[in-house]
Amino acid sequence: MSDIAISASGIGKLYKLGQRERYRSFRDLVADVVKAPLRRFRSSGKQDVGASTFWALRDVSFEVRQGEVVGIIGRNGAGKSTLLKILSRITEPTEGLVRMRGRVGSLLEVGTGFHPELTGRENTYLNGAILGMKKAEIDRKFDEIVAFAEVEKFLDTPVKHYSSGMYIRLAFAVAAHLETEIMVVDEVLAVGDLAFQRKCLGKMGDVAKQGRTVLLVTHNMLPVRTLCTRAILLAEGRVVTDTSDVRHAIGLYSGLKTEGENGWRRSVTPGSPESPLVFTSLRRVLSGEQPSLKLQILAELQSLRPHAPAFIAVDILDSDATPLIQAIPTQTPLIEFSSAPQEVVVTINLPPLIPGTYRVTVWAGPHYMTTFDLIEKPLTFIVTDSPQPGRSFPHGTDHGYLVPESTVVVRPLRGAKRTLEQCT
Amino acid sequence: MTETSALPILEIRPTKGFLSLNLGEIWNYRELLYFLVWRDIKVRYKQTALGAAWAIIQPVMTMIVFSVFFGRLAKVPSDGIPYPVFAYTALLPWQLFAFALTESSNSLVGSQNLITKVYFPRLVIPLASVLAGLVDFFIAFIVLLGLMMFYGIRPTVSVVWLPLFILLALATALSVGLWFSALNVKYRDVRYTIPFLSQIWMFATPVAYPSSLIPQPWRAWSGLNPMAGVVEGFRWALLGNASNPGLLLWISTGAVLLLLVGGLFYFRRMESTFADIA
Repeated sequence: MSDIAISASGIGKLYKLGQRERYRSFRDLVADVVKAPLRRFRSSGKQDVGASTFWALRDVSFEVRQGEVVGIIGRNGAGKSTLLKILSRITEPTEGLVRMRGRVGSLLEVGTGFHPELTGRENTYLNGAILGMKKAEIDRKFDEIVAFAEVEKFLDTPVKHYSSGMYIRLAFAVAAHLETEIMVVDEVLAVGDLAFQRKCLGKMGDVAKQGRTVLLVTHNMLPVRTLCTRAILLAEGRVVTDTSDVRHAIGLYSGLKTEGENGWRRSVTPGSPESPLVFTSLRRVLSGEQPSLKLQILAELQSLRPHAPAFIAVDILDSDATPLIQAIPTQTPLIEFSSAPQEVVVTINLPPLIPGTYRVTVWAGPHYMTTFDLIEKPLTFIVTDSPQPGRSFPHGTDHGYLVPESTVVVRPLRGAKRTLEQCT
Repeated sequence: MTETSALPILEIRPTKGFLSLNLGEIWNYRELLYFLVWRDIKVRYKQTALGAAWAIIQPVMTMIVFSVFFGRLAKVPSDGIPYPVFAYTALLPWQLFAFALTESSNSLVGSQNLITKVYFPRLVIPLASVLAGLVDFFIAFIVLLGLMMFYGIRPTVSVVWLPLFILLALATALSVGLWFSALNVKYRDVRYTIPFLSQIWMFATPVAYPSSLIPQPWRAWSGLNPMAGVVEGFRWALLGNASNPGLLLWISTGAVLLLLVGGLFYFRRMESTFADIA
């Protein structure tokens, strides 16, 4: 296939723990040799895959066709940066093979190699050369770069006197004019003020339209949604999803977050062997009127690895997170493994509730003792109406939350009047 | 885009076993090399009051100190050449070497931000540091011409060999710099080793004294220190004193080649780990 720009097969990267932070001194080396000559000798030959090593990336395979704009998303530590570093040849893979067709330009940072003492003009040339541009190429694009960065007046000022905004603009402008067939871009769009960000986004869009292949790593979902034709989701160093349905991947990524904006919490690690099936989207619909409110939970689930069939439970809690009631529509494990996303709709006939804010926790698992995914309090709903029409005393929770449906009749009884003693 | 098959193909895989030096890649990155050298030169004397005058002050001051203590007081012989010229001619390549050695040994550590963010053959970094010293050398060279005129010394035809000796000094600095810069990434002790190493090395090199002081069967072998060859070569090419270094020079050249090839292979072997441990 000649239109494959990047083909990665089985790439993995093994790091020794602490390798990045620590540098060694001769003293350490001497100490090692003295203390454990045998261990050093033994471990020197083969790769020692012990407790002190970890795979930042494992078994990652994918192909990117020419002209595709691929977003690589995932949580911190998912292996995105390691992947980019391997693709830009900054670090070597421990295993696997990557073939890339065309010149590769990598932007892992803007302004790499900028020297504070040099002027804007000088840094433009230096930075361009570091990114892999030829001098003639920089000459040709120089005016365009300067215009894009809006720093014409300060071209001959050392960049140490630049404002941070000017500095970033110039740095990005140089990077944006790099023209290689394959572009590997890390998080560089998240720079500058909003107006400049928009300009950068436009520039990236142009790059994409020129038929160049782009790999983009970012936490910002906007460029992924607007620019990317495909998304690869990484978790724990492995590919979780590789799809042209970018919105779906983003949903999955959002679902992978552990801490939500409004205080929800997930205690499992999605995609790990313990958590093969996860919620990727949750919505709730409240309908009907008190006392017969109907709560529907529309849950989207995604299987990340093969798993046993699962069932679902929904807890309803008060605003202080005290569990009130639990709905288990069925104990039959009915959610089978599926590579496509599945929607599960749970309909709950709510008991009459004291008006207030209620929270919902969702759980999925194959068995009471095993949890695939548990998201605490991702949803809330508010009950405003009284469970009893025309109720005159206040709606407090001193006497509980539930107002069971109840009826009452009064009947006269025959016989003599009861004495006080008989009443007790 | 239909011309895709014409595009270069890049393969990324773990390096295993014996690897090639791939020096052709350096040629492809010659413009980056140029810009890095240019940067080092530009930045060197920024924010100094004396600026490029430092390139002259350092060797001249050393020359004066040597002339007073070794030339006058200790009466060190100088092969019939006025001692100041004799010492300065040796100090020029020596300072070129010492500076290139220090800069190149610290170059990789000082370029961490580049190494962890952009790919290019890492060899470019120590190479650029070595080459950047040439400007200082040429500035200081002007003083030598003045000194030679003052003492009425005319260079002979052997001056045409001078570029070769400059190259030899640079190659010596680069070969040691390759070993040290790669080691320095892993063991920061190197940084503290260099100052006294270069001090000891200077006294082992006939800078302040002539190599004719060394008894004959050993004199040629002192060329195992490549800088001995460089210094004697400089004196021979510029001052035209009788002693053609001959064999000593060949031994020096051989020693440099060995060191350089070894350094290149060691550097290439360590190259892939720089970004991980820098």
